[in-house]
Amino acid sequence: MSDEVAVRAERVSKVFGSPGNELRALDDVTVDIRRNEFFTLLGPSGCGKTTLLRLIAGFETPSAGAILLDGKDITVDPPFKRPINTVFQSYALFPHLTVAQNVGFGLEMMGQSKSVIDGTVEKMLALVQMEAMRNRLPTQLSGGQQQRVALARALAPQPSVLLLDEPLSALDLKLRKQMQIELKRMQMETGITFIFVTHDQEEALTMSDRIGVMSAGNILQIGSPRDIYNSPQNRFVASFIGESNFLEGTASGTGSKRTVALSDGHSFDALVADEGVSEGKVTVAVRPEFVQVVSTDTAGALPATVTNIVYFGTDMHCYMSLNSGTEVVARVSADADRGGALETGAKVGITFAPDGPRIVGD
Amino acid sequence: MSNKRTKPFSIKYLPGFTPVALVCFVLLYAPIVTMVIYSFNSGQSVALFEDFSVTWYFAAAENELVQEAALRSLIIAAFASGIATVLATMAALGTTRTKNFPGRTLIYLMINQPLMVPEVVTAVALLIFFASIKVATGYSGLAYLILAHAAFCVPFAYLPIRARMEGMDRALEIAAADLYATPWKTFRRITLPLVAPGIAAGAMLAFVISLDDVIITEFVKSAGQDTLPTYMLGQLRRAVTPEVNAISSALLAVTVILLTAFFLLSGRNSPVGK
Amino acid sequence: MSDTPTVNARQLSDLEVRAEKERVKRNWLLSMPAMVLLLLGASGPLLIVLVYSFMSPGDYSGVVWTPTVKAWFQIFFTVDIFDDTVRLADAHLTIFGRSLRLSLLTTILTLIFGLPTAYFIATRPGRQRTLWLFLITIPFWTNLLIRTFAILEVIRNEGLINNFLRWLGVIDEPIQILYTDTAVLIGMAYVYLPLMVLPLYAAIDRFDFRLVEAGYDLYANRWQVLRRVILPIVKPGIIAGSILVFVPSLGAYVTPRVLGGGKNMMIGNFIELQFGQGRNWPLGSSLSILLLLVVAVALLFYVRAANRGGSDE
Repeated sequence: MSDEVAVRAERVSKVFGSPGNELRALDDVTVDIRRNEFFTLLGPSGCGKTTLLRLIAGFETPSAGAILLDGKDITVDPPFKRPINTVFQSYALFPHLTVAQNVGFGLEMMGQSKSVIDGTVEKMLALVQMEAMRNRLPTQLSGGQQQRVALARALAPQPSVLLLDEPLSALDLKLRKQMQIELKRMQMETGITFIFVTHDQEEALTMSDRIGVMSAGNILQIGSPRDIYNSPQNRFVASFIGESNFLEGTASGTGSKRTVALSDGHSFDALVADEGVSEGKVTVAVRPEFVQVVSTDTAGALPATVTNIVYFGTDMHCYMSLNSGTEVVARVSADADRGGALETGAKVGITFAPDGPRIVGD
Repeated sequence: MSNKRTKPFSIKYLPGFTPVALVCFVLLYAPIVTMVIYSFNSGQSVALFEDFSVTWYFAAAENELVQEAALRSLIIAAFASGIATVLATMAALGTTRTKNFPGRTLIYLMINQPLMVPEVVTAVALLIFFASIKVATGYSGLAYLILAHAAFCVPFAYLPIRARMEGMDRALEIAAADLYATPWKTFRRITLPLVAPGIAAGAMLAFVISLDDVIITEFVKSAGQDTLPTYMLGQLRRAVTPEVNAISSALLAVTVILLTAFFLLSGRNSPVGK
Repeated sequence: MSDTPTVNARQLSDLEVRAEKERVKRNWLLSMPAMVLLLLGASGPLLIVLVYSFMSPGDYSGVVWTPTVKAWFQIFFTVDIFDDTVRLADAHLTIFGRSLRLSLLTTILTLIFGLPTAYFIATRPGRQRTLWLFLITIPFWTNLLIRTFAILEVIRNEGLINNFLRWLGVIDEPIQILYTDTAVLIGMAYVYLPLMVLPLYAAIDRFDFRLVEAGYDLYANRWQVLRRVILPIVKPGIIAGSILVFVPSLGAYVTPRVLGGGKNMMIGNFIELQFGQGRNWPLGSSLSILLLLVVAVALLFYVRAANRGGSDE
């Protein structure tokens, strides 16, 4: 992954609808996507991720802002002038053309010679393991097979950027996991910049070099999967990625570590990403795996009552209620409870692993 | 558990409906069947069936006026349906699968006008219009009829083409553009092949409508410019000879063959999409 | 970090406005040829008719460019040759009355026969249904003239009905059916029946028979189910079929001409007369516009009724 910027969306906005009845799908969004990276736009439906993808592809024009490819402004270029290809959510395979004709379509439109087209088509079909189906029609293929043909078709013209619009959402779980590995491998082999759109945070975490989390037309945070997971910068990101507990309290102190006091007087330490955050009311996010269940007499433990325990085989989720009524979930190894002390109604103490709690806003 | 077929009480039964329907079918076909039977009558009257013979068919086929009229009908229908189909396809491209735009209602109204205006009125209007042009230019060839036919064939070609286009996945054309196809190439390689059945249906429909037209042709034609229907209309005014029987039966046979082909080709679809 | 040159962020909507204009232009260009054809072959001439309706008749044909409303006046009134009194044009009114009467009767007749037929077809199972549809479609596509001619053969004095009745011995002399209003009615009902059946079929086909089950479950008998459940929901089809029959019947020309002879004229024949022996092109034009207006009103009714009854059609 290089540092050069392949695609840049600069201050892009997109508004749909008529005046008085407007939908702001994208609101002054700026994002840089680097060459050779696997970048994912992640967010719930309606957040604008697909709109942004369509603007990069050229299927829509932005209401404001610009799209740049390798430094060149392509905002007004129609899709057939952009060296960018798309894998559609519905695959959009041409029903009257065979698999081979579908895959070779882009090259044909570019005016390549028949021998070049045939050679590339064979290579692409081999890449997605669909050589045997080359003379079939799309209606004769299963969903997973169609998806691979769509991928081969988009890769064949060797675009500088490949856009993928939730391509795995129609596949069943096992196939999806398989394709995630395949896609990642393909990206690394071909070195093409991938821009991937999904609402599945697990998928994003698995495959991406960097993730852009979006909500309601804005990009809330861009970072590596690790950064996004461990250092969510606001409440939305924290709750959208993985699971989080949220605690309200009052922060005091300065520096990267603050002391947060709960309403019942107990306090604990929390990291803060932005040291400019001043004292006062804050929201703290803690992942369940950083919540520790201890005996009530442990030093610094927050008193709590167990309300429910759910077993997941090797793990269990322990639901507890603090004195203030706030619910906290802990992920605990199942054999940590040899003594059988954990049951509904039991009084326990809660501590947090160091660097677990993070202040995510107020 | 509901197994309707074993129940004696049928949900859909309405007393009297089936007999009326069957009577209706009989009444619908009796005149036509009679006409066909008597076209094989060697004699002239509908009263007596004398002998089975195909004389009247031969008489019609050898009748020069009939030959001329038939040829004229075919020529007009071919040109008119061709023009109408091309223009209707273009109009369909411009009016389907796109957000509303100023003037679209006007386009719809104009394209569908022949369906909404009584044929007599259109016939009168064209009579007047072409009369002045004939006086001015002295030309009185087939062009008037072809123009008139093409005009009222447009909505008939338009409807099936539009229906087929609306059913087409929009993503396919977007995908083609994504794969470097210019708008013209997209139309030729993707849109056209997929819409082709609709265009074929529209052309066929337009052809039949043109062949069948009576009123507009009757008003617009110059002397001696008969099409098959106007020839028959003229014959009905004088003596009713079984020759008309024969021609009618022949045309009926053509219709049945075309319709059978249509039904077989399009599976369970009815050719009328009202 | 590489230095990416920034571009001035464009004003809101500038690009979109351009793209939108392109789209509208393209749609209009594609539709233009068809519009021109129809302007020349349908709409344009209609305007000429309107103009002509305000002109004076020429000696043999055509018009003289002397504007007058006489043609409109003549639709309803005549001026007595001798004493200049203005009277209602009885002959004209008879024709209008006949047209309206026959069209309404045709509509009712086709409805009475058409509803059970459409219902029958729509309730046939699978492949059988295609056969029945095929059978109803053949008359629909058969030339209007041929069908009229077929009826002619049946109701003539030497035609099927009369021969059959004479053969039975019921009558001695043939009954004169041809060249009466009844003949025209029979002819129009016969010709337009498929136009009633097809929209009715479409509506009944869409009908959810589980509603009928619910009706029976709630103690309705067959007649009530028909009246209170089926008919109201199928109403859009009834309205569509009625319009499809009424409008063409009103402007019918071929059928009244062949079956009614010269005496039992309907509006269509009367209009043609003005361009032939009547030599009154303006009157023919004004009558045409009148017919057009009546049809437009009927269509408006349909649109209103269709919108009120549901958005299916």
